[in-house]
Amino acid sequence: MKILVCMKQVPQKDAPLKLNEAGTWIREDVSYEVNEPDAFALEEALRQKEKHGGEVVAITAGPARSQQVLREALAKGADRAIHLEDAGFVGLDALNVARALAAAIKDEQFDLIFTGLQSDDQGYAQTGVVLAELLGWPHATIIMQIERTGDGIRVKRELEAGFFQFVDMPLPAVLTIQSGINKLRYATLIGIKQAKNKPMRKVTMAEVQPALGPNLQKVERLHVPQKTRNTEFLEGAPAEIAKKLVDKLRNEARVL
Amino acid sequence: MADTILVVVEQREGKLNRVSWETIVAGQALARETGWNLEAAVAGNNVSGLASEVAAKAVTKVYAIESPKLATYTPDAFAAALKQFIASSQPKLVLMPHTYQVRDFIPKLATAMGRTVITDCIGFKKEKEILLFTRQMFQGKFAADVTFAGDPPWFVTFQNGAFRADKIESGAAAAPIENVNIEIADAVVRNRPEEAFKEAKQAVDLTQASVIVAVGRGIKEQKNIELAKQLAEALGGEIAASRPICDSGWLPMDRQVGSSGQTVAPQLYLALGISGAIQHLVGMKGARTIIAVNKDSEAPIFEIADYAVVGNLFDIVPPLIEEIKKVKPAS
Repeated sequence: MKILVCMKQVPQKDAPLKLNEAGTWIREDVSYEVNEPDAFALEEALRQKEKHGGEVVAITAGPARSQQVLREALAKGADRAIHLEDAGFVGLDALNVARALAAAIKDEQFDLIFTGLQSDDQGYAQTGVVLAELLGWPHATIIMQIERTGDGIRVKRELEAGFFQFVDMPLPAVLTIQSGINKLRYATLIGIKQAKNKPMRKVTMAEVQPALGPNLQKVERLHVPQKTRNTEFLEGAPAEIAKKLVDKLRNEARVL
Repeated sequence: MADTILVVVEQREGKLNRVSWETIVAGQALARETGWNLEAAVAGNNVSGLASEVAAKAVTKVYAIESPKLATYTPDAFAAALKQFIASSQPKLVLMPHTYQVRDFIPKLATAMGRTVITDCIGFKKEKEILLFTRQMFQGKFAADVTFAGDPPWFVTFQNGAFRADKIESGAAAAPIENVNIEIADAVVRNRPEEAFKEAKQAVDLTQASVIVAVGRGIKEQKNIELAKQLAEALGGEIAASRPICDSGWLPMDRQVGSSGQTVAPQLYLALGISGAIQHLVGMKGARTIIAVNKDSEAPIFEIADYAVVGNLFDIVPPLIEEIKKVKPAS
């Protein structure tokens, strides 16, 4: 099976974020990492390849710094990578990102495309499903298990409140992968070395531009969310904080 | 003709998903703000009963969109049916709850119509005749005001809990119901879903617990779970966790709180090393008192905490257990 894994670079989970001067986006001078659900998507693609053979290709869209997620994917075992390299990809809405990805792979023939179920930065949870529609492929979201059947696949979807569902579907297909579907591997030293010689195809904005349209939604501004509760910060040495907490547990929460 | 807001309610197995009422409340608020008509639709097979439930609310009309192909949910059938209906009825704004089912098909539906959807919104505002929809970004660290830059219909989904279902307005009289039969060709539906099931009987019912001590990534290692268990024990409460902890197998899945786990509302929710991703918050924000300990002062969990401790949980928890034992002897 030939599998494409869509990956995104996002700010590190506990990186302190600041707004840019216009208040329309974050300042980009932060540490980045692979979007966590995308790491599970990559792992699942590698496992499918180990079972059934084939090829795993990682793709991302973003500025030069985002090449790091592809390097990591190659080091973990992806066969090659595609980098849509331009800072302008950061400002695209989900529809345009999916259009750019579709344009970049128009000469390829994948059996499966994986994405993480959503990104830790924008959290639109759209790109995979939009991509499926643009390609005319079936899709399934929030996937916890993938098995090959005769001519298609059988996937386990996570539903809400502890429910699951099996779905049979034909190939090619797009799947959005849930975190926790598998256990992530680490890159080995030899993997990191080999990654340097693996092919990385660069795609410019100009190449995919004809496939794009105007953004249909626009982030006007970002702001610190309004608090719904009055939060009281307890300060002091640990022993003092412990005393204050017990006071709150007794007199406010009334659980002691 | 006046512009229209269409709320598509969610039904599963012939029952309305309760979050649908919240979306109708959102629609009623938007209708007041804009002066637009509010209509509702329910899609499925034999859904006229559900349509009349919705028609009791303050909406001007309810559509029962029906096809045997809608009896079981598939993204192909639901997107095809709603595309046909929306293309002919031409609402300006289409609202749905941000459920796992809706997020499975609404990006497809919007794309098929050459439109976009602003997902997982927590509110809206109107400034100079322009509607802005507020949604969380960066795991809740920021909220973004987002506008539509293209033509209607504009698609919006609202997060579970964004509006209060008990604020719903009933209508003076039942709204008229129109049945809309949709033809969906056999080849359209490609996925073949089986029935939904639960993995195992939930051994622990966290919804009944009055005190919950929950751990997140900040617990660092599996062996440290013991410390949180000791705190839970001292408080006479249950231990719970955010998703990554259960994914790692450090606690069983039935201890998970959040959108994919249990939704709880205890007297006390004590969150240790939980950053507060949206998926976790929706499962516990109904707790009466929330105490959060986290080393990151910007962690979104602090937005909803009553008492916040910025610090290392490994420094705070041991003396806290000692203090609790002083006032509450082990039972």
